[in-house]
Amino acid sequence: MQKKNGNTNSLDRKFRLSEFLSEYIIKTVAFSSFAIIILIFVFVFKEAAPIFFPKEKKAETSQFLQSETYGEEPGTEQPENSLELYSSYTPSHDVASFKNLTGKNWQPVGEEPKYGVLPLIIGSLKVTVLAILFGAPIAILAAIFSALFAPKGLREIIKPIIELLASFPSVVIGFFALVTLATVLQNIFGYSYRLNAFVGGLAMALAVIPIVYTVTEDALTAIPKYMSEASLALGATKWQTALFVVMPAATPGIFAALLLGFGRAFGETMIVLMATGNAPLSTFNIFEPVRTMSATIGAEMAEVVFGDTHYTVLFFIGASLFVVTFAINAIAEFYVRTKLMKRFRGE
Amino acid sequence: MNNKILGKSIVAVSALAVIMIVSALLFILLEIYLGGRSVLSWQFLTGNPTEGMTEGGIFPAIVGTVLLVLIMSVACVPIGTITAIYLNEYASKKSFFTKMIRFAVNTLSGVPAIVFGLFGLGFFIQFIGTEMDRMFSADGSLLWGQPNILWASLTMALLTIPVVIVSVEESLKTVPNDLRGGGYALGATKWQVIRKIVIPNSISGILTGSILAIGRGAGEVAPILFTGVAYFLPHLPEKLSDQFMNLGYHIYVMATQSPDVEATKSIQYATAFVLLACTFSLSFIAIIIRYQFRKKIKE
Repeated sequence: MQKKNGNTNSLDRKFRLSEFLSEYIIKTVAFSSFAIIILIFVFVFKEAAPIFFPKEKKAETSQFLQSETYGEEPGTEQPENSLELYSSYTPSHDVASFKNLTGKNWQPVGEEPKYGVLPLIIGSLKVTVLAILFGAPIAILAAIFSALFAPKGLREIIKPIIELLASFPSVVIGFFALVTLATVLQNIFGYSYRLNAFVGGLAMALAVIPIVYTVTEDALTAIPKYMSEASLALGATKWQTALFVVMPAATPGIFAALLLGFGRAFGETMIVLMATGNAPLSTFNIFEPVRTMSATIGAEMAEVVFGDTHYTVLFFIGASLFVVTFAINAIAEFYVRTKLMKRFRGE
Repeated sequence: MNNKILGKSIVAVSALAVIMIVSALLFILLEIYLGGRSVLSWQFLTGNPTEGMTEGGIFPAIVGTVLLVLIMSVACVPIGTITAIYLNEYASKKSFFTKMIRFAVNTLSGVPAIVFGLFGLGFFIQFIGTEMDRMFSADGSLLWGQPNILWASLTMALLTIPVVIVSVEESLKTVPNDLRGGGYALGATKWQVIRKIVIPNSISGILTGSILAIGRGAGEVAPILFTGVAYFLPHLPEKLSDQFMNLGYHIYVMATQSPDVEATKSIQYATAFVLLACTFSLSFIAIIIRYQFRKKIKE
């Protein structure tokens, strides 16, 4: 009995080293995800920083002085904002200014390197939009079928099969597009370049479908039962309920699915690297080869000299990819969390 | 009557979409299997590439991939599991700290793979590796400040941490609160409840998460492009500072950059088939574990 009384004291909050340590270790490890995001942000932008912050020395000295001192300190000085002066420099030195970045040509190697990212942005957008156009309707329709029309047994087969598509490595999809899809499509449509934005977009649709499908399916099944039951009770048929009650309620979720698909396609590398032909052209013809932002990094990073302008510009492209996908995901999350959830609560 | 036809056609069109996806999936599988069937053999899996990579097997690429995912798991499984435990067991839902971590996990899962590759290059190789060389290497030679299997695995781990977190958290949520309450009622502390009750009951989630992460890590190529993968190596990686070969990268290089792409077509197909078989069976196992687990919960 006495012992028991002694134990009741231990029910009071008592300092225990193991409890204290375990909680703080767990908290610290959990914090690491946040730390990783910050580190990615810092390090990707750090390597891209020379574009945003031209060296201060340059701002003070005049352009003529620059060209004189340049000869004495090779490597430390890089001409930044002087396109007119460019010709007076040795060709091995490049110019990374906003002027040069917004140009229409991407020719990072050669006598006069040009770092115009415009064709790369156009390329990324072309492939991504095509992938959404091809993939999203199919994925959304499939989600409607498995969430609203399919009998329960069938649904439990369809869902894992389509999600298996998500476990296709992107390099395998790229390979399939490169060796099979490209040839088949060329035989059908008869265009002149075997690898182009169209092939890339269609292959990318395979990567976009599982993510759009899963998110849409989740949104559709998360619609409260009372909504569809009320509609059915009023005499609407199953498809009327699906089309006019469940779909409108799930719109924010479907929109989020499209955004997530867009983000996935925009950042995807291996598929576009293998299937789009990789020519940096600034046209809107979908049957011409394109080069996307991600593919440019993948193809050229291995060959650049650390720290030179080409390296910096590639990191700048990477940083832009990071920012774009970050923004898209944040918007998608906002839609799911606020709009969709509000509707479910009936507000 | 018109309504009926309309309804039927809507159902038919949506069913057609499912059929299209499934048949595309089967078509790719079949195409890759048929293309590689002629060279798929035990020798192919266990042999070294020969004749300037135009013949022989893919053994070094398999070993490289396995080592990569093993080292990756050592990093990503504990971090992911512990983060999930924090989010589900300790965190108060409304606190700023919790929201911050949730936001970070969501963001992390949306970062493009190639950006992880850039980060690995800028952080692990250029920053940590170079600093390590400066501190430890006497003659100033490069050891850690260059691409190797350790940096590639750690880069890949960053990509797969969210996969583990999502899966483990899902299974932590299914542990009934009655069990936790029972533990507390017997006088156990929070850490004891987590260690003795919560973790053993969610072991299947940890397993599923690890398997999914390994499947993902085995298939991704973009993060390792400039953090450690090599086209061809005469010997297998022995130290953490060695480079390695990788199945996915092998497919990429053979299909796009080898001098004679046509001559190695069937090797490319067969390599793609091996990679696909690995990732497929991994996610299949994960699905089965999850299914069994859900059935157990229902009972």
